[in-house]
Amino acid sequence: MLSLERRAVDSRLMQWGSPVLALLLTILTGLVLFWALGKDPLAALGFFFLVPLSDTHGWAELGLKMAPLLLCAAGLTVCYRTRIWNIGAEGQFVMGALWASVAALKLSDATGFWVLPVVLGAGIIAGALWAWLAAVLKTRFHCNEILTTIMLNYIALNLLLYAVHGPLRDPMGFGFPQSEMFTASALLPQLIDGTRLHIGLLFALFAAVAVGVLFTRTFIGFQLNVLGQDGRAAAFAGFGERRLIWLAFLIAGGLAGLAGASEVSGPIRQLIPQVSPGYGYTAIIVVFLGRMQAVGIILASALLALTFMGGEMLQIAMNMPKAITGLFQGLLLFYLLTCDAFIHYRLRLRRPLPSAAIGQEA
Amino acid sequence: MASTARLELVNIVKQYPGCRANDGVHLTVAAGEIHALLGENGAGKSTLMKVIYGVVQPDEGTVIWNGKPTQVQGPRHARDIGVGMVFQHFSLFETLTVAENIALSLPASEARNTRKLEARIREVSTRYGMALDPRRHVSNLSIGERQRVEIVRCLIQQSALLILDEPTSVLTPQEVQVLFRTLRQLSAEGCSILFISHKLQEIRDLCHKATVMRGGKVTGSCVPSEVSVDDIARMMVGSDTPLSTQATPSQPGDVLLSVRKLSHPTRDPFGTSLDAIDMELRAGEIVGIAGVAGNGQDELLRALSGERRSEAGCLSIGGKDIGQAGPAQRRQAGVAVVPEERLGRGAVPGMSLVSNTLLTAYGRGLVKRGWVRSAKVREYAAHIRERFDVRSASIDSTAASLSGGNLQKFIIGREALQQPRLMVASHPTWGVDVGSAVAIHEALIRLRDQGAAVLLISEDLDELYQLCDRMGALCSGRLSPLVPTSELGIEQLGQWMAGEFPQPGTAPSATEVTHAVA
Repeated sequence: MLSLERRAVDSRLMQWGSPVLALLLTILTGLVLFWALGKDPLAALGFFFLVPLSDTHGWAELGLKMAPLLLCAAGLTVCYRTRIWNIGAEGQFVMGALWASVAALKLSDATGFWVLPVVLGAGIIAGALWAWLAAVLKTRFHCNEILTTIMLNYIALNLLLYAVHGPLRDPMGFGFPQSEMFTASALLPQLIDGTRLHIGLLFALFAAVAVGVLFTRTFIGFQLNVLGQDGRAAAFAGFGERRLIWLAFLIAGGLAGLAGASEVSGPIRQLIPQVSPGYGYTAIIVVFLGRMQAVGIILASALLALTFMGGEMLQIAMNMPKAITGLFQGLLLFYLLTCDAFIHYRLRLRRPLPSAAIGQEA
Repeated sequence: MASTARLELVNIVKQYPGCRANDGVHLTVAAGEIHALLGENGAGKSTLMKVIYGVVQPDEGTVIWNGKPTQVQGPRHARDIGVGMVFQHFSLFETLTVAENIALSLPASEARNTRKLEARIREVSTRYGMALDPRRHVSNLSIGERQRVEIVRCLIQQSALLILDEPTSVLTPQEVQVLFRTLRQLSAEGCSILFISHKLQEIRDLCHKATVMRGGKVTGSCVPSEVSVDDIARMMVGSDTPLSTQATPSQPGDVLLSVRKLSHPTRDPFGTSLDAIDMELRAGEIVGIAGVAGNGQDELLRALSGERRSEAGCLSIGGKDIGQAGPAQRRQAGVAVVPEERLGRGAVPGMSLVSNTLLTAYGRGLVKRGWVRSAKVREYAAHIRERFDVRSASIDSTAASLSGGNLQKFIIGREALQQPRLMVASHPTWGVDVGSAVAIHEALIRLRDQGAAVLLISEDLDELYQLCDRMGALCSGRLSPLVPTSELGIEQLGQWMAGEFPQPGTAPSATEVTHAVA
């Protein structure tokens, strides 16, 4: 009989082995799934994981999708390390995209280096304020942040839809729900010429490293960590709970807002209803897969960026539904959470209990 | 002999990862015997209890119950064969009545007939001198009464062996006497009792036999009434540990902490409101506050530490008002606090000793412009570990991996090395081994001699009498007068712990008086 037994010390190996194992299990399940769909499993897997990265263009696209994921994930890392379960990166992302677009469209006649920072700043502030709503609800009214942030996501999405159908709709756009195209001064510079990759990726990498430094080197990061691990110790030490919760939400919202702003002023160049394919939600998986560490979330964001591309590739090449992306992401999270049990527990084979009277043979 | 014993344990071995909790333990309890099980924390007493109660299965060895080798499958099986256990932390539902709580542990057939059950509870409780109203809600009961519920529960199940885990640690001296009368009566009727305690004097008073454990092994057994307390202590700790500290007389200085009419209505339905607490602490003295847990000790500690803020003017230290200040500011003003909960308040369980040093010692130059000075923090942690003989694998060990005594030495060290002007320590030696307790007492005395005021909140009366220059008691959130220890007899203190003391403006309430007398 197999049973789970608590480990005396958490396994360091499984801390990082768990994501790898989860990925392997996801791939394995993927193979079975493709086979069941009547497709050639190996070919499908190749299209999902390898073909998207077969040229420079592919790598650039990977970086392009990494940027928003990593920005959101870096912010969420601050929250999750503090045990604040902010599920609202999606809404904060959308608000960032919305208000960055407002700024970009208002400044469409302006030129100058200051336009872009204003556009990005508008996105950061909008995202931060959206997150701050949840922070206030939590600290003032003890509302569970999981619920409030999810609900705020829907409100943000509806505000976006209202904007693109109403005030921000391009009058020359044949009635399509989308804004005018941004002018050049509101666009992010390209990172590699001839591709869509923009400097948003640098923001993201910087944010990931900064969050890493925050938690390993600074006193405020230490306080966030203590609050996350043990609220009563934080209160005992005199670390202001409200201040820290607000800070975590503001950082997370600001970074998600920046991600949204970078999307509209980067590859999309206008505001559209489908500004996010669910980056804010996928970023949650990134944080857990990346073990809430800088290097980890960078690698994990690349992997999850690939699932977006792989899903599209399968859609094109093998005529499979786009839901494959979500399926793979879901499987990955599911297996990860399962495998994480082995950080604290180990499997033990046990002989069946009753008959063997203990000690009688001794 | 073996056939007449109620319980016999033969060569019990239980191996946990990295620790042999029981290493060939033999123990025999005769029918009607009150048997003491002694040992420091980590000696293996709890594991042995769990083996008897069926919570864990031994790796080797046999449990012989009434002469028959038995494998105890689990607590339910243990109850069925007649083993009852009263845990140190009660397993009662506060929102249910006494009868309902007892019904929960009975077979459905007996539990359904409420009236019959209530009658039985009344009968059993009066017979053993433990007055209990089956219809009262547990939330309204005192700690002593809750313990009676647990004991009555075992008696109704007709336990032939009653295991009591440190039962007296939550009682006033008077309540202890009542409990002992009950236990003696039970023993006379043939019920065996396994009595776990740290308090050697009690064991001498009550128990017929004692078995002493150390490091998972039985290190001795004796008839407690025939040997001295020091002899028993020696068996518990081994030959090389000092058994106690001798406090030298103090030279109190100026008033350092003054508390004026400190009142805190509680928000917690099961908490205690502080009621017009008045006290003064002088530099260079240790003042003790006795009292049964749950009478406002935690609230008082929070009010002093700043976790709960007070109105302006209630609290001042060195003449400076700190009522409104938070924990960080108070620490800056020289207040150090050792809370009752070591893990999960005094220290973060999953963090290393290094990080736990930073937790409260950040004001000692360990942080510069928001950046943690890692080298300094490590140095400070290493200093604490060395000065206070904290036994851990390294300063990178997590707080949770330390034994209670070592973690407490670490926490006391962390606070004491910050050279506080006021040290507030709550139950500093609770559940701590004798060796560490001595070290902790010495640290407190050293602080006092350096001119700090020390407030010691404790349930351990021996400790209070040993260390304190003045003391009083806390009951239902009210503080008795604080008088020199030499002038305060144990009887008087017991009455104060039960709330019988004069208070300007308020007379002690009737219920509390009957409590003490009961």
